[in-house]
Amino acid sequence: MRQGYAYTVHPDTIQRSATQAPRRPSPLTRAVVIVVLALVTLLATVLSLLLGSNLIDVGAVIGALLDPANDPGAVVWGSRVPRTVLGLMVGFCLGIAGAVMQGQTRNPLADPGIFGVSAGASLAVVIGVYVLGTSSVITTLLLALAGALVASVVVFGVAALGRGLTSPVPLAIAGTAVTALLVAITSYLVLSDETTLAAYRIWVVGSLSGRTLDGAGAAALFALAGLVFAVANVRSLNSLALGTELAHGLGENLVRARIVGLLAITLLTASAVAITGPIGFIGLTAPHIARRFVGGDHQWLLPASGLIGAALLLLCDVIGRMIGGNAEVPVGVVLAVVGGIAFIVIVRRGKVATL
Amino acid sequence: MTSASASAPSASAPAAAVPSSAPPALEARGLTIGYDRVPIFENLDLTIAQGEVTTLIGANGCGKSTLLKAFGRLLPPTEGSVSLEGVPVRSMSAKAVAKRLAILPQKPLTPSATTVRDLVSRGRHPHQSLFRPWTAEDSRITDAALAATGIAELADRDAGELSGGQLQRAWIALVLAQEAPIILLDEPTTFLDLSHQLDVLRLVRSINRERGATVVMVLHDLTLAGRYSDRLVVVGGGRVIADGSPWEVLTPEVLREAFALEAQVIADPATGTPLIVPAADIVS
Amino acid sequence: MIDRRLWRGRVVIVTLACLVAAVLVGLIGIVVGSSSLTIPDVVVTLFGGGTGSQELVVFELRMPRVLGGLLVGAALGLAGALTQTFARNPLATPDILGVTSGAALGAVAAIVLGGGSYAVGAGLLSLGLPVVAALGAIGTAVIVYGLAWRGGVDSYRLILIGIGATAALMGVTNYLIARAQITEAQAASQWLVGSLSGISWASVWPVLIALVVLVPVALLQSSRLDLGLLGDEMATGLGMAVQRHKLLVIACAVLLTAAAVSASGPIEFVAFVAPQIALRLAGSGRPPLVASALMGALIVAGGDAFARAVLPDETPVGIVTAVIGAPYLIWLLTRRKHRESLT
Repeated sequence: MRQGYAYTVHPDTIQRSATQAPRRPSPLTRAVVIVVLALVTLLATVLSLLLGSNLIDVGAVIGALLDPANDPGAVVWGSRVPRTVLGLMVGFCLGIAGAVMQGQTRNPLADPGIFGVSAGASLAVVIGVYVLGTSSVITTLLLALAGALVASVVVFGVAALGRGLTSPVPLAIAGTAVTALLVAITSYLVLSDETTLAAYRIWVVGSLSGRTLDGAGAAALFALAGLVFAVANVRSLNSLALGTELAHGLGENLVRARIVGLLAITLLTASAVAITGPIGFIGLTAPHIARRFVGGDHQWLLPASGLIGAALLLLCDVIGRMIGGNAEVPVGVVLAVVGGIAFIVIVRRGKVATL
Repeated sequence: MTSASASAPSASAPAAAVPSSAPPALEARGLTIGYDRVPIFENLDLTIAQGEVTTLIGANGCGKSTLLKAFGRLLPPTEGSVSLEGVPVRSMSAKAVAKRLAILPQKPLTPSATTVRDLVSRGRHPHQSLFRPWTAEDSRITDAALAATGIAELADRDAGELSGGQLQRAWIALVLAQEAPIILLDEPTTFLDLSHQLDVLRLVRSINRERGATVVMVLHDLTLAGRYSDRLVVVGGGRVIADGSPWEVLTPEVLREAFALEAQVIADPATGTPLIVPAADIVS
Repeated sequence: MIDRRLWRGRVVIVTLACLVAAVLVGLIGIVVGSSSLTIPDVVVTLFGGGTGSQELVVFELRMPRVLGGLLVGAALGLAGALTQTFARNPLATPDILGVTSGAALGAVAAIVLGGGSYAVGAGLLSLGLPVVAALGAIGTAVIVYGLAWRGGVDSYRLILIGIGATAALMGVTNYLIARAQITEAQAASQWLVGSLSGISWASVWPVLIALVVLVPVALLQSSRLDLGLLGDEMATGLGMAVQRHKLLVIACAVLLTAAAVSASGPIEFVAFVAPQIALRLAGSGRPPLVASALMGALIVAGGDAFARAVLPDETPVGIVTAVIGAPYLIWLLTRRKHRESLT
């Protein structure tokens, strides 16, 4: 039930070593990598449509896809198609949000949850159940969106009142503080009402199971707006990577760059969280993997992170469907365990690129 | 407060002679700057003439980098104003300033997984916008900057793998790619051995001579500052202590006041510029 | 430049002030509650002059809770000060080693898998839960430390691996809660918030023993912590056995946290905020160890007394500390404009 705090790393605790020096991708290899990643994502999509706890043979799935009337038990159109579509969208959003986040904070450990987005969404959902007694899909979605937006605006406001938006560290600390506060209030409500706890504990693990396309249109709209802001932020992110002083010297409007980045992160994360509940690790891991393949230029890093995020989410969802027997393991849990272990392996091999 | 124009007639005379046609590259008027309301300079006036290499020198912690940052609008002044070619910087957009003025801070961050060419190409930032994306011209300027700094063959290496001297050249290339007529450099020779220091300063001089760029930099080595500058500005104790040509400024009196250093100044046998020889230690 | 002796003096004054405040909060904590007592009553009773019912209330009901709060807070504050200094990171808490998530998984597993009904579960908990939680905490820390070892441990790699482990363990914990009976889910959520309501003499002793053993060890590392702030290479050059020092510091922080968490559940914000407050009050270069511990004691015992006196139906102290600590931190952020090295 806890939501973890994020850590900032001081530049001097990060030690560069020659073994961490990444490759030097040329524009051609980068384009090839993007195409390969797109193919991997396509493969994950196909797997997500074909495999599940209801064993339907391949022919029947294809038949149902071509002709909805042929759908055995409405599994394909009722469950697999929506969760695949939503999974693609959520993974893509979280991957890109993570890349923007890490570029903005120059913190290789930054996760979109850091702005209090997940905690804000959780609290809003809990309040919805506590006050309104409802946990319908659309209400949850809208409440989560609202909560996520409010939380990140508060975090940015706090940081702006202090050292200003130009420095990344106060942002991370403000995010930690606001998250702690929101989690405490959430816990209080959850502990004082059984119905709220019942709804919350299912939501907070993060799952694609049983999610339908109802209301997903609203989330998609927010996600699209977030994507636009992310694209608009690409060149600023490339300047910010040189340090705030040089970025300023290059004519970067730092406050605007931060605000555009915030909007991108918040909108992308909020729409993802609204659909599945908080899902960790994609925002953290996808950009790290992407950086190894396409380098640090955000023009390539963003699409690569998005594709890797989408593929990761779908693959973990498929794993969750297969290992749970009749009850699926939610994708949030699979990601935490698989992602956590994979992350440890990567760190142990000294392959985490510093920022 | 010492007015630069008052104490350095030789340096600012050319600019003053033709005020209407050529406004000074940079001009600070009544400048008060500092951190957290603790002023380092109060009511300071300083003018930087076009086409010269001006070097700010002074003891550690005297505020020379602070002054450079104020000129490069990295540090907004508490009071007073900085004008860029006669236009108040405050009234200009960030990109408009960046097209006229480039600044290389002391410790820029080397981004991960980035090639030298990528790094240098980011100097084109102020010339780009949503409606003017990357063009062949940008590529040409980037390549020219790489060539001018002698690192063309390193273009596809990862920036993290460069040696100190190579990396410094890459940063200067980035600033060159910005194509601004005014270039501010904060201690561009720190952490370099003597031959690489000379390398960088020769490069700076050639940028000044061949492109007509105005250069303002902060240096620690007084002899090198004297050798490669048209004008030296000595700062200390919240004011300008001395201002003028190397021979006017690098005198035993100024060195004693600014650095608490006992030294004689002789002509450099190689160049005829001032050479600082610290006094021998008195053995009792 | 700050005169060294001057700020040493300030540290001593702040430490003494924290000590006095902690004792006062302890007394108030004993007074506060349903049956009425006055501070003189409490003092008299503590020195053996109370009536039978006063002795029952003071020694059997209030004392374990208040003393438990003080000790748990002290352990968390000290552990936080050690970790923040060691990692050179103001946001670092013993959580970087996955201690709390390990304890949480242990405790939640014990609650969810340990018993079919709430009554049985509660019976099991009073005996087995702290032990299971402590084992989870220490086991996780050992595994994380082992994984981070590659001819030495650097704090960056340690933090990264701790994050990976924490995520994996939290995923499993949340899954257990989602799959459990609702009553067990409630008990587990209650434990995860951190509360002193279930504390007894039996759970106070381990924390006290941990503090008695580990405080001297931590204080002996004090001067090396100062050296460590200069970076591993510099510290080695100055003749410090860096890896042994790190192991000692980490072991102290882990054991202190494990002891605290197994007694009360994770009271999360204390290890982070207590050293930060102590640091600012003392104006020193790194969180002062003893003052951080006392500040932690003050926060936990004070928060619990406040919750019992003012708030309705036994609000867990973990919620109180977050609700007080987070706005304090936000306030600090909004007024701090200076660059501070460690903070």
